[in-house]
Amino acid sequence: MHPRPFKVLKNQAETHDTFTLELEPVEGAREFRFAPGQFNMLYVYGFGEVPISISGDPAEPGVLVHTVRAVGTVTRALERLKRGELVGVRGPFGTSWPVAEAQNQDLVIVTGGIGLAPLRPAMVQALAERDKYGKIVLLYGARTPDDLLYVRELEQWRSRLDLEILVTVDRALGTWRGNVGVVTTLFPRASFDPFHALALVCGPEVMMRFVILELAKRGTPAEKTYLSMERNMKCGIGLCGHCQIGPTFVCKEGPVYRFDRVKDLFGKREF
Amino acid sequence: MNEADQKGRTQAVFEAERLQTLVEILARKGYQVIGPLIRDKAIVYAELESARDLPVGWTDVQDGGTYRLEKRQDEALFGYVVGPHSWKQYLHPPRTRLCQAKRKGDCFEPRGEDREVPKRAFLGVRACELAAIAVQDRVLLQGTYTDPVYQARREKIALIAVNCTRAGGTCFCTSMGTGPKVTRGYDLVLTEVLEDGKHYFVAQAGTELGEEILKEIPHQEAEEKEKQTAEGLVAQAAGNMGRTLEAAGVHGLLMANLEHKRWDEVARRCLTCGNCTLVCPTCFCTTVEDVTDLTGEQAERWRRWDSCFTLDFSYIHGGSVRPSGRARYRQWMTHKLATWHDQFGTSGCVGCGRCITWCPVGIDITQEARAIRETTVSQAAPSGKEKSRANP
Amino acid sequence: MQTLEPILAEHPFFKNLDSKILQVIVGCATNVVFKAGEFIFREEGDAQEFYLIRKGQVALEIYAPGRGPITVQTLHDGNILGWSWLVPPYQWHFDARAVEETRAIALNGRCLRTKCEECHELGYELMKRFAFVVTQRIEALTLQVLDIYGNHRS
Repeated sequence: MHPRPFKVLKNQAETHDTFTLELEPVEGAREFRFAPGQFNMLYVYGFGEVPISISGDPAEPGVLVHTVRAVGTVTRALERLKRGELVGVRGPFGTSWPVAEAQNQDLVIVTGGIGLAPLRPAMVQALAERDKYGKIVLLYGARTPDDLLYVRELEQWRSRLDLEILVTVDRALGTWRGNVGVVTTLFPRASFDPFHALALVCGPEVMMRFVILELAKRGTPAEKTYLSMERNMKCGIGLCGHCQIGPTFVCKEGPVYRFDRVKDLFGKREF
Repeated sequence: MNEADQKGRTQAVFEAERLQTLVEILARKGYQVIGPLIRDKAIVYAELESARDLPVGWTDVQDGGTYRLEKRQDEALFGYVVGPHSWKQYLHPPRTRLCQAKRKGDCFEPRGEDREVPKRAFLGVRACELAAIAVQDRVLLQGTYTDPVYQARREKIALIAVNCTRAGGTCFCTSMGTGPKVTRGYDLVLTEVLEDGKHYFVAQAGTELGEEILKEIPHQEAEEKEKQTAEGLVAQAAGNMGRTLEAAGVHGLLMANLEHKRWDEVARRCLTCGNCTLVCPTCFCTTVEDVTDLTGEQAERWRRWDSCFTLDFSYIHGGSVRPSGRARYRQWMTHKLATWHDQFGTSGCVGCGRCITWCPVGIDITQEARAIRETTVSQAAPSGKEKSRANP
Repeated sequence: MQTLEPILAEHPFFKNLDSKILQVIVGCATNVVFKAGEFIFREEGDAQEFYLIRKGQVALEIYAPGRGPITVQTLHDGNILGWSWLVPPYQWHFDARAVEETRAIALNGRCLRTKCEECHELGYELMKRFAFVVTQRIEALTLQVLDIYGNHRS
């Protein structure tokens, strides 16, 4: 119930409002084990707590990685943290991406904006056992080229022959030679077999809605589509009541859900 | 805790004056006695010094948005039902400090919390309230994570229950299967009888602790006639409920009618003031606040009650997921009567009627459920093709 | 000399189009190639043609003073480019620039419009296909306009 102090090893800007923190524990167990898709409650002394997905490599539990978007009081305080300063950590909480379940099939990862942050551990985990998967495809949409995350890593992934990375932005200045258009426009050019694929989707709810429709249209059913839901969280452990969507607590039965299990809740306005 | 069983437990009778002895026994055993007394023209739960502090000879008159105290013709000690307070303020406190941290240079040092709480005896707990405590036990102690604040307090409670011999104006415990007869979860249960100039309590222990307490009160074994009188009074209360709610199938009913016009109707009246969530004995939602002192040397995290009726409650990404009052009332009612079943296996409502009494505009959860049930069609979505059986 | 008919027929836009109708418009078609960086058409130019992109990448751009050219959409193999030839005043509203070398079939606007007036069946087939493309584009553009990745704190 109490935040565990972690020390900031690195605070790296990704875009104008997004940054990545690398943390290590101050004392106690040196490793922080988690499953891709899980989140921590991060505490800044005197400011408060926020739920942030873990973005690191699950096979590297010595460093805890969080990519954060500075949009409020606590996240802006996190942005100001310097090397050596402390962050409180509670977690890991929540359910995880079924990466292993995608073995012997095609793995399709569709993300938008900051949505790539909780999916990065899933990608990294799959790549660690590349031969167990069929095609691996990443479809990634962002607002502008300046808002792309993990640019260097994306370029590394792009250079691999056994990985398909398609990136698009909503708009770009003339110097951008990549795609411009919403992420669903990438589907015609992605080569995966929708009938033998597992899809992992994360991004703004509007984006997820259209992506899931597109996936279903192409033959990937709700039972093979997973998404990450988000709601207001205060405790992260199912006691404060804030994160409920109808019968489910996003901090306990989510944030990762199989789509057919939340299909009825997903579209309900103001629910 | 307080796992009552009635097997082989005898029923005793003691004179009404002996209630003072009961209070003294509890105090001697180290319990802080909490019970009903009158404050600000309402019957609330606070610390009792003696049995004389009880609302002797008072009763309550309740209806939608109305609560009044009236003098009785007799000197009953428990001749009322429930007021704005519930026992949850002692088990799941309105404000509590979760943890602290002290600044050390660029770093901070977290500190745990001392969870010492006094032993407390709740005197005068009604059947619906025992049910509410059981509901909160399920939510706060039997999930994947337990609430240490609730746990520390819950373990030290002695429950002295009282059978209702009169139903309140907004009561519907019979509909929810929680009363008026106390059947479980108590240490000692009392039924107050006033008739033919006699004033006594029929008492039954439910646990070892209850037996211990009863032993020290001068009493006799209850006669058959006395037992029957007591049961008769409780049965009478069961037959006079102020409200009814058809609980069977209400889960499915509400979830199938999330777009029913009735929600718009109630939204026109609801002020989203949150009173219902404050007085409800099962509402458990909380929020946290981080505060520092002026020097910034010390930071504390405080937890306080929250309500799903606030806009902040579902705030995410620059806005509330439920901006309209309609959505927030619907959230409260569907959680209480429907999704609570999915989450915790029981209803969230115990039929105490507080939300009806303390709503400033008298919104009545039983009336809302009835309105939806009576006007529901196969699908509530307006479609020119379907013919409705009843006009909504 | 081989006509462009088979090339037209294999383009996704004309999928399942009766070859009788296709023959009507073959005369309006020419093969075109654009070098990387070359403008295919400019804003306010006369919209003489529409293009079936066979291979390549085209950026639709708007020039904003102080901000330079902003790409609002990129089109690829199999997409069609341009519909301003359909409606008066037959003027382009965007710039279209080939991002990489792009091969396309250009269909002359006036030629097409005349043929559509003469052969209504052709007109109807073209309209159906355009309607489909336009609705898809509008849906996609709507999502872009929503700025869903933006930070929406009021």
